[in-house]
Amino acid sequence: MNKREGRLAKQNKLRQLLLSSPYVLWSIGFIILPLVMVVYYGLTSRDGGGFTLENLKLIWEPTHRATLILSVQLSVISTILCLLIAYPLALALRSLRLKSNGFVILLFMLPMWMNFLLRTIAWQNILEKNGVINMLLSAVGLPKLNIINTPTAIVLGMVYDFLPFMIIPIYNVLSKIGDDVIQAAADLGANYFQILWRVILPLSKPGIVSGLTMVFVPSLTTFVISDILGGGNILLIGKVIEQKFKMANDWNAGCGLSLVLMVFIFICMAIVQKYDKDSEGTSVW
Amino acid sequence: MAQENKLITLENITKKYGGQVVLDDLNLYIRENEFLTLLGPSGCGKTTTLRIIGGFETPDTGRVIFDGQDITNLPPNKRQLNTVFQKYALFTHMTIAENIAFGLKIKKKSKQYIQDKIDYALKLVNLDGFGKRMPDSLSGGQQQRIAIARAIVNEPKVLLLDEPLGALDLKLRQDMQYELIRLKNELGITFVYVTHDQEEALTMSDTIMVMNQGYIQQIGSPEMIYNEPKNAFVADFIGESNIIGATMIQDRLVEILGAKFACVDEGFGTNQPVDVVIRPEDVDLVEPEQGTIQGVVTSLIFKGVHYEMEVEANGFTWLVHSTDLSPVGKQVGIKVDPFDIQIMNKPESEDEEAVGINE
Ligand SMILES: Nc1ncnc2c1ncn2[C@@H]1O[C@H](COP(=O)(O)OP(=O)(O)OP(=O)(O)O)[C@@H](O)[C@H]1O
Ligand SMILES: [Mg+2]
Repeated sequence: MNKREGRLAKQNKLRQLLLSSPYVLWSIGFIILPLVMVVYYGLTSRDGGGFTLENLKLIWEPTHRATLILSVQLSVISTILCLLIAYPLALALRSLRLKSNGFVILLFMLPMWMNFLLRTIAWQNILEKNGVINMLLSAVGLPKLNIINTPTAIVLGMVYDFLPFMIIPIYNVLSKIGDDVIQAAADLGANYFQILWRVILPLSKPGIVSGLTMVFVPSLTTFVISDILGGGNILLIGKVIEQKFKMANDWNAGCGLSLVLMVFIFICMAIVQKYDKDSEGTSVW
Repeated sequence: MAQENKLITLENITKKYGGQVVLDDLNLYIRENEFLTLLGPSGCGKTTTLRIIGGFETPDTGRVIFDGQDITNLPPNKRQLNTVFQKYALFTHMTIAENIAFGLKIKKKSKQYIQDKIDYALKLVNLDGFGKRMPDSLSGGQQQRIAIARAIVNEPKVLLLDEPLGALDLKLRQDMQYELIRLKNELGITFVYVTHDQEEALTMSDTIMVMNQGYIQQIGSPEMIYNEPKNAFVADFIGESNIIGATMIQDRLVEILGAKFACVDEGFGTNQPVDVVIRPEDVDLVEPEQGTIQGVVTSLIFKGVHYEMEVEANGFTWLVHSTDLSPVGKQVGIKVDPFDIQIMNKPESEDEEAVGINE
C-alpha cells in the first residue's frame, strides 16, 4: 500500500515536471537569462569586465538625475490623470450593468490592438503646429496652441496610451462588488458619497493598486512617446537608456541605468502596497 | 382597525420585471409593533415586496405609506427602517465591530456610545469577542447574526428581515427564533419577516401573509391560517392536509367521496362543488362500523411524536397522524369532527387556482 502510494506520488511529480517544463524553459530563456545578463553587464566595467558600481553611479550625473526626475514627474502626473479619468468611467460602466464583461473589455482593448506607434503618431498629427487642434482653433479665430514638443504633449500621449491599463483592473474589481453590499450601506443611512468613500473605494483598492502599477511602470520607461510627441527635445530616462545601447553602444552603462530604474520601480511599488495593507481596516475611526 | 395603528401601508402595488408580473395590485398594512411574516414558495415575490418597503425597488404603480407619509420615492438611506439581507451583505473590508458601527458612524454618534452598542449587539447575537475578526473568517450562520446585529443597533422603527435564519442549523435556528422575538419585545420594533418555512412563520408571527405568484392568498393570525385556510393553496402550503373535492349538499352537510359528513360551514349554497381540507391529525381512525367511511391502512411510518399512516378509502389516500398505531392491512373506519372540516370554494379555472381569485 505504502509503496504504491510512494510510486504514485513519484509519478505525479514527474507529470507535474513534464507539464510545467515548457513554462520553466520559457521563464529561463526569456525572463531569467535576460535579467542575469542585465545584472551582469550592469555590474561590470566596459573595458576589463571586472566588477564595478560605476554604471549604477551614472544616475547621479546631473544630466541623468534631471532626466530621471523629469521622467518621474511626468509619469506620476500621467498615472494620477489616468486614475482620475478611469475611476469615474469604471464606476459608470459598472452601473450600466452590462451583461457580458467581455464587451467592455473589448471596448477598451480595441484601440490597443492598433499599433502603438500609429496611435502616438496620430496624436502628433492632432497636436502639431498645423495639426487638427490648431486648424480648428484658427477656424474659429482663436490663437494657436503650442502643445507639440512640450511635456504636456508627452503626458497626453501617456494618458491616452496607458488609460486602458487603469480602467480594466478597476472595472474588474468594481464589477465584483455586489449590489447588496451597496444597498446595505444605503440601508444603514449612507448617502451616495458616503457609500463611495466608505465602501466602494476601499473595496476597489486592489484594482487601483494594480492600475497604478500598470500605468506607472510603462510611463516611466517609455521612450517612443517622448520621441514622437517630445520631438527629441525632452529627454526621458527611457530615452537615455536607449541611447546608451544604440548610440554609445555602451551596454554596461545602459544595463546599469536599467538596474537603477528597476530597483526604483520596485521600491515605489513596495511603498504603494505597504500603504495599501497598512490602511486596511484601520482607517475607519 | 384604528387608522393611527397602521405604521406601513402598501396600496395597489404592482411590479413587473420585463414582461413578468411579480406583484399584482398588492394591498397590505402593517401595524405598529406587529410581527408580520411574508410566507410563500420560492419566487412568489416576498423579497420584492420587502425591497419595495425598504426603498430598493420602486413599484410600477401604487404607493407606500409610512407613518402617514408617502415614501414611495424616498431613497433607502432616508427611511427609518433597516434591513437584514438574504445574503448578509457584510462589508468584507471592515472588521465585525466596524460593520456593526457603520450606521452609527454615519449618524455621528459618540465613540463611547458606538462602543457600548457594539458590545451590546455582539452579546445579543452570542458572538461576544468577535469584534476584531473579519467577516470572511466567520461561518454563514455567524455572518447572518452579524447582519442582524448591524441592523438592530440603529434602533429602527421597522426591521425588515429576509430569511435571516436560512443559513442556521435547526438548534441555532430555534434559539435565534426566541432571541428575535425577545429582541422585538425588548426594543418595541415592528418586524416584517420573510421566510418560506411555514413552521417558523407559525411559531413567530402575529400575522402571516401567505403569497403565491405575486398575489396575497390569505392574511391572518397563525391560528386562522392553519385552521381556516381560505383555499387549497394555503391549506397545502401550511402544514400537511387532505384536500378533497366534495359537494356541499346544504348548510352544515357536505358529501365527501360519496359519504355525508356533518360540518359547521354555511352559505355555500346547495349541491355546490367545493374543496374540503382536513388536517391529518383531525382524522380519527375507529372501528369500521363506527366510521363514516371505511378503508384499509396501506402504510405506516413512525415520526417521533406520532405515527403517520395512509388509509385507502373510497378511492382517496387519506393522510392520518395519530399517537395510536393501526398496522398496515387493518380495516378501519374514518370519522371527522364537524368543526375539523374546512370548506373552501373551488377555483373555477386553473388561472384562478394559480392566482387565488377565489376568496
Ligand atoms: N431584478 C430582477 N430582475 C428580473 N426579475 C426579477 C428581479 N428580481 C426578482 N425577479 C423575479 O421576480 C420574482 C419574485 O422574486 P423574489 O425575489 O421576490 O422572490 P422570493 O419570494 O423572495 O423568492 P425566494 O424565496 O427564492 O427568495 C422571481 O420570479 C424573480 O425571478
Ligand atoms: Mg427572496
